[in-house]
Amino acid sequence: MAEKPIQGEKRVFMTGNEVVAWAALAAKAEIMYGYPITPQNEIMHYWTRLAPKFGKRFLQTEDELSAGFTTLGGVLAGRKAFTATAGPGNTLMQEPMSMAEMMRIPSVVIIQQRGGPSTATVIYSQQEVTMTTYGGNGEGLRVVYSTANHQELFDYTIKAFNTAWKYRFPTFVLGDGYQAKMRESLTIYDPEEKGLEFVPTETFLGKAPVNGVKQPVHLRNTYNTEEELYEVITRYMEEYLKVAPEIIEHREFSCEDADIVVVSHGVVSRAAKVAVQELREEGLKIGYFRPVTLRPFPAEELKKVAARAKTLLLVESAFGQMAKLVKDAIFGSTVALENLFKPGVGITSEEIVVRVKEIEKGALAK
Amino acid sequence: MTMIPQMPKSWRLESKPHKFCPGCGHGLVLKALGEAIDELGIQDKVVFGADIGCSLLAWDFFNVDTVQTHHGRTTPVVTGVKRANPDVICIAYMGDGGGYAIGSQHLVNAAARNERITAILVNNCNYAMTGGQMAPTTLPGMKTETTPYGRDVRESGYPTQGPEMVAAITREGSYVARGTVANLKQLKGFLKKALQNQMDGNGFSFVEALSTCPTNWRTNAKDTWAFVEKEMTKFFNVGELKNPAAKEGE
Repeated sequence: MAEKPIQGEKRVFMTGNEVVAWAALAAKAEIMYGYPITPQNEIMHYWTRLAPKFGKRFLQTEDELSAGFTTLGGVLAGRKAFTATAGPGNTLMQEPMSMAEMMRIPSVVIIQQRGGPSTATVIYSQQEVTMTTYGGNGEGLRVVYSTANHQELFDYTIKAFNTAWKYRFPTFVLGDGYQAKMRESLTIYDPEEKGLEFVPTETFLGKAPVNGVKQPVHLRNTYNTEEELYEVITRYMEEYLKVAPEIIEHREFSCEDADIVVVSHGVVSRAAKVAVQELREEGLKIGYFRPVTLRPFPAEELKKVAARAKTLLLVESAFGQMAKLVKDAIFGSTVALENLFKPGVGITSEEIVVRVKEIEKGALAK
Repeated sequence: MTMIPQMPKSWRLESKPHKFCPGCGHGLVLKALGEAIDELGIQDKVVFGADIGCSLLAWDFFNVDTVQTHHGRTTPVVTGVKRANPDVICIAYMGDGGGYAIGSQHLVNAAARNERITAILVNNCNYAMTGGQMAPTTLPGMKTETTPYGRDVRESGYPTQGPEMVAAITREGSYVARGTVANLKQLKGFLKKALQNQMDGNGFSFVEALSTCPTNWRTNAKDTWAFVEKEMTKFFNVGELKNPAAKEGE
């Protein structure tokens, strides 16, 4: 049996789903529970080929409810377990993840977004933002990383395991069908050789007796009274808000003097980056802002940008799901909001350039 | 001096008297289960999963590692535990709604995969925690809150034959039985064998227990007992359906 899946670092050219499987191996994940749904299938395909070589396991379940709940069982038994899904599977995944929120079970879910609502397309969208950030019958006690390229898929999948086990909130890596299926160059590496320390797992159920004495645990997600629940949720929210600044990540450039700031996330932010660079070369005062964590959202960071800019241009492959998060974050700001919403469809840098110029023209005409 | 009634060693005294209604069969099933755990000496190795419905009231019932889950999802949770740590002895404890309706796909597939877990399903012919609605196991003609004129089999079919279904879809190594709270000695024997079957690594083990619900049946003690002994057994045969250990002796 090979010792480490990745020795040192290696330049590779692979699909995003393959990247996720390698990242989970690199993060020392021990077991994957999964159910087929496009476009995430190849995560399982690569995992089932690679995992046995490193003494790791897999269970194909009967549906995503089972994939989620078996994942939680694996975590409770002390293993680094994870799952992956998409679209309608993500809908079902919200039930187990709400249990993870209530019981503070560390868990990692990779989402490769597809078109919605319903079965829609198996290809691509950014329409699972609302569900992934605030799904389930709760308060959104979770962390969502929205990746833009294959290097990030690798880096953030590894990071997701540490975030989940450190803070004990379910953690999602939100990719999409384009990232899942396209091939791209990236560097994979052994995280420990780079100095990254893994947060140790914890055995919640089935712990061996200590000095012959077993202390049984009783875990539950149900409460008898409103007050009892209120106390628990208040404490969880306080903890969440306290650690949120440590978790929040975003990227921005050219925002200092920008009149228009393009706000986008995930794969769309790549088009936005090119568009902003081109427009800057033309001499237009355009900036770039990208939330990496959609939950918790970089609200303070965006507020600062919104305070200086005249307009935020919200660009996404959904009809305003990221926009809702933005509006919530900058509430009270008087910045103008414009949008380029293309639900379920990719967005090019050319389209963003055209949209920015329209807004510029409109502003001059006033 | 206060007399403490005799209770299984694996019971958690702090949570007694338990929270089930007077006359409820859960306490009896859990007593048989507690004695089975004691006699097998496995208290420190058990992971007990409790479903939603009245079975959730068992979340602090035993001095064993316990996890209370969602409605129908106890089978996958303990499957996940067992797959991650085969050394523990996993029990999924649920009602007829959890096992035969909302979680039926999990029961069917865990059985088909021959998961090395023990599922215990309490059949009381109704959804009791939510106020007595029709369950998959409600008897034909039986009145519930959602069948106020009696269960019409043309509208909603016949009672689910759980152990028969599990027996039909499992192969070598599975243990399947139906016991009743009216015969606790036999029920305890079935539970013990179902646990032993898991410990031997044979395969999926399933015990349905016919149980009582006087609160929702609106029956007195005598009628409650008559219902479980006479009415339920018309549809649900008590006995062992599959026992890998018995094969050689036959």
